[in-house]
Amino acid sequence: MAPVLELRGITKRFPGVLANDHISLTVEEGEIHALLGENGAGKTTLMNILYGLYRPDEGEIYVRGRRAEIRQPNDAINLGIGMVHQHFMLVPVFTVAENVMLGVESIRAGIFLDREDAVRRIRQISEQYGLGVDPHAYIKTLPVGIQQRVEIIKLLYRQADILILDEPTAVLTPQEVEELFKILRSLASQGKSIIFITHKLKEVMAIADRITVLRNGRVVGTTTPAKTSEEQLAAMMVGREVLLRVEKRPAQPGEPVLRVENLQVFDDRGNLAVRGVSFEVRAGEVLGVAGVQGNGQTELVQALTGLRPAAGGRIFILDKDMTTASPRAILERGVAHVPEDRQKDGLVLSFPVADNLVLNTYYLPPFAQRGVMDREVILATAERRVREFDVRTPSVLTPVSSLSGGNQQKVIVAREFSRPIRLLIASQPTRGLDVGSIEYIHRRIVEKRDEGCAVLLVSPELDEVMNLSDRIAVMYEGQIQAILPAETATKEEIGLLMAGVRKEEVRATAG
Amino acid sequence: MSTPWQAVGARGSVSIRRARTYGFVFLAAGLFIFLLFARGLPAVQTTTFVLHPGGASQALPIPDLTLPSQTTLYILALLCVFLGGWQLARGFRRVNLVLGIIAGAFVIAFLTWAASGKSFNLTGLLNSALLRAVPIALAGLSGVLCERCAVINIAIEGMMLTGAFTAALMGSVAANVWKWPAPASLTFGLISALMAGALLGLLLAVLAVRFKVDQIIAGTAINILATGITSFLSARILSEFQYLNNPGIFRPVSLPLLSKIPIIGPVFFEQNILVYVLFILLAAVHIMLFYTRWGLRTRAVGEHPRAADTLGVNVFRTRYINVTLGGMVAGLAGAFLILGSVGRFDELMTAGKGFIGLAAMIFGKWTPFGAFGAALIFGFADALQTKLAILAVPIPSQFLLMAPYLVTMIVLAGVIGEAIPPAADGQPYEKQ
Repeated sequence: MAPVLELRGITKRFPGVLANDHISLTVEEGEIHALLGENGAGKTTLMNILYGLYRPDEGEIYVRGRRAEIRQPNDAINLGIGMVHQHFMLVPVFTVAENVMLGVESIRAGIFLDREDAVRRIRQISEQYGLGVDPHAYIKTLPVGIQQRVEIIKLLYRQADILILDEPTAVLTPQEVEELFKILRSLASQGKSIIFITHKLKEVMAIADRITVLRNGRVVGTTTPAKTSEEQLAAMMVGREVLLRVEKRPAQPGEPVLRVENLQVFDDRGNLAVRGVSFEVRAGEVLGVAGVQGNGQTELVQALTGLRPAAGGRIFILDKDMTTASPRAILERGVAHVPEDRQKDGLVLSFPVADNLVLNTYYLPPFAQRGVMDREVILATAERRVREFDVRTPSVLTPVSSLSGGNQQKVIVAREFSRPIRLLIASQPTRGLDVGSIEYIHRRIVEKRDEGCAVLLVSPELDEVMNLSDRIAVMYEGQIQAILPAETATKEEIGLLMAGVRKEEVRATAG
Repeated sequence: MSTPWQAVGARGSVSIRRARTYGFVFLAAGLFIFLLFARGLPAVQTTTFVLHPGGASQALPIPDLTLPSQTTLYILALLCVFLGGWQLARGFRRVNLVLGIIAGAFVIAFLTWAASGKSFNLTGLLNSALLRAVPIALAGLSGVLCERCAVINIAIEGMMLTGAFTAALMGSVAANVWKWPAPASLTFGLISALMAGALLGLLLAVLAVRFKVDQIIAGTAINILATGITSFLSARILSEFQYLNNPGIFRPVSLPLLSKIPIIGPVFFEQNILVYVLFILLAAVHIMLFYTRWGLRTRAVGEHPRAADTLGVNVFRTRYINVTLGGMVAGLAGAFLILGSVGRFDELMTAGKGFIGLAAMIFGKWTPFGAFGAALIFGFADALQTKLAILAVPIPSQFLLMAPYLVTMIVLAGVIGEAIPPAADGQPYEKQ
């Protein structure tokens, strides 16, 4: 029997880049096929070709043994190919039914929407695959995990039997990931084929029937979880041996550097996003903040770095009250900030690398003398930093916008870590980075800790928090659920706390 | 059971402050009525509201409403104070509705006081309010059509002006040069205005969708273009040849039966055909937006164009169609100013009605009937101010001009905080 989907020699060139280099791939019916690779390996390009968003320069696509021409998403939909995008394609103010029927609306009496017909069919799909989605609910009221199921329903509603999921676990709690995997297995067992795009090794090992690894636009190999290991997959992805666990010595905590007392912060809409949190971070330790995105972490970090006023409570840095201090006063007190959105808050994208490296020190000697910037010193320093932090850039005068995500992050790390700092606030420091860059950033953070710097690490990636932290604070709905020592905390325990279960109840279930 | 106060409290202190402010505003309205209106009046005076428009109206005659002025004012003041006290003590769930009641009570109190010892034609006022609301409502409807698919149209003003000019010129040409009979010439003027509006709508769509020009700048450019061209042509053609600025107007048509209803009949159902077109358009756009495929796709394009695109909805085509339709409706608004109202074109005669229409759209939360309701408030304020000038009220005319707008602004400020535009409003769409 012919495979459900076969790609033969797909090649796609962008100006200056060979994004896909003669990629061949087969997907069988009822199979969960993981497509593993670093950012920039060509996974997303390949799937966009399959979904009709790009045209390939060379190569052929066969669906159920027949040659297919896919020029636009509609062609893919007609062939039974559907895609769950990394950023959900849902209209928040529409109901589930409206979102699902958009584009393939049921019509009655010639012009009117037949919402009831859509609701009926969604109920049926929801029951068949155990999705548990209410068709009348508004998207904006649903948790992310359910929204993702709505995306899956959208595909099933269009009778898709080849489902592409692009980084589907990035926004989920560990429990939601488990739920998703259950659903995927149920789908596969009923004959759907699933292409699962990811760079997370653990998930691949847990869910995939077969694994195809991409590197630099080429297929490195295809294997199965039984025949390989996480270490081997990582090496295939990066092209060299990678340390998956950060090597670190036990922490030597010293004096408290950051002390937060009953801090409250409003979000943009005037709701309390941080509802009275208290904690301290000591010199030489990493305090990790775990939590699903949107539980107040962003506002917490913004308040600590002076980017957002505190609504109540106090912030002490090195025993000085910095609650109402300006961002410059805070950074001059020895605080470094690696922001959550590096392109928006961390860099001036159109500025060259050299200027981005002095964004917070340009006005100080030796970079400026009596208010006039010294270009030569700035450029010479930039050359040194670029070498020291291994930033891959054609020159220090290249705009940072043309650097890869990993190298952009290295520019920020180079800038923040080259100052004498006492406190590092790192928010999602490895977001969207590949295994190689993650390893590098993690090593640098641990180095800073060992130098006696206090580190506050905020990340929705539970593995990252558990790997790096000495203590772990779990945030839920603007409050700290618990602060646990990292050696004894388990993933299940933290997952439950992230989902809002209270500490006493967690202990009860665990015990 | 949680009281409304607790429900409000859970959302944070900002809401509590807001709720309290409402309470004080209600109390202030009551005190204002008591101190400034009621106390100064002689106890025996009455206010007479005439409820029949007079003239050729077909409405069934009903007797005038005669109220004892001071007693009425005391009752209204008490109502406001009571509602304010309740708001402060317990809080209302639907506080905006209460705000509307207070505003209504205040306006009635104001009229009772102003017309004390005289008689005042209420139906005439409402009729005039509706006529002044029509162009604003049409402008708002034009805005709804455009912004629901995420194109901001601040060029409504210019489109109206162009529509008005075209209606005047082409209607006159048909009537006075080609000597067509009145219905045909007026219809020709109307259709020309629709085409002119549609062309400008298409121009905005090309600028905003095809060339991704900043929509505010594109709209401003169209406004300047329309002002310049109509003023120039008006000076060169219309004032030179007066017969080219005399298209005539659509006469009022009484709808059978409906026009006989007291008060409502003469206000809504003894109007010219363009007013009925507005009513039909309001219902049609409402049904289209919320109950048809076109509406679902339009709203999806306005909220999340990328999502619509991935599902095979053509974002660009949707925007072209809607903005062109929006231009057409703005052209209709302009045509109303000529063919449904004054019957001649004057330079800059739209006088900001297009922008007020946009405000009505926002106040009406981007819905057709919401925009219409808001337009009625604006129209009422406008009509009230002219009628009051005739009554010789014992306050400076400047304050008289202000009072209705003050009420409007309080209502606007109360509701506007909750207005949420379509999420992608004003953003050009880029294919991946």
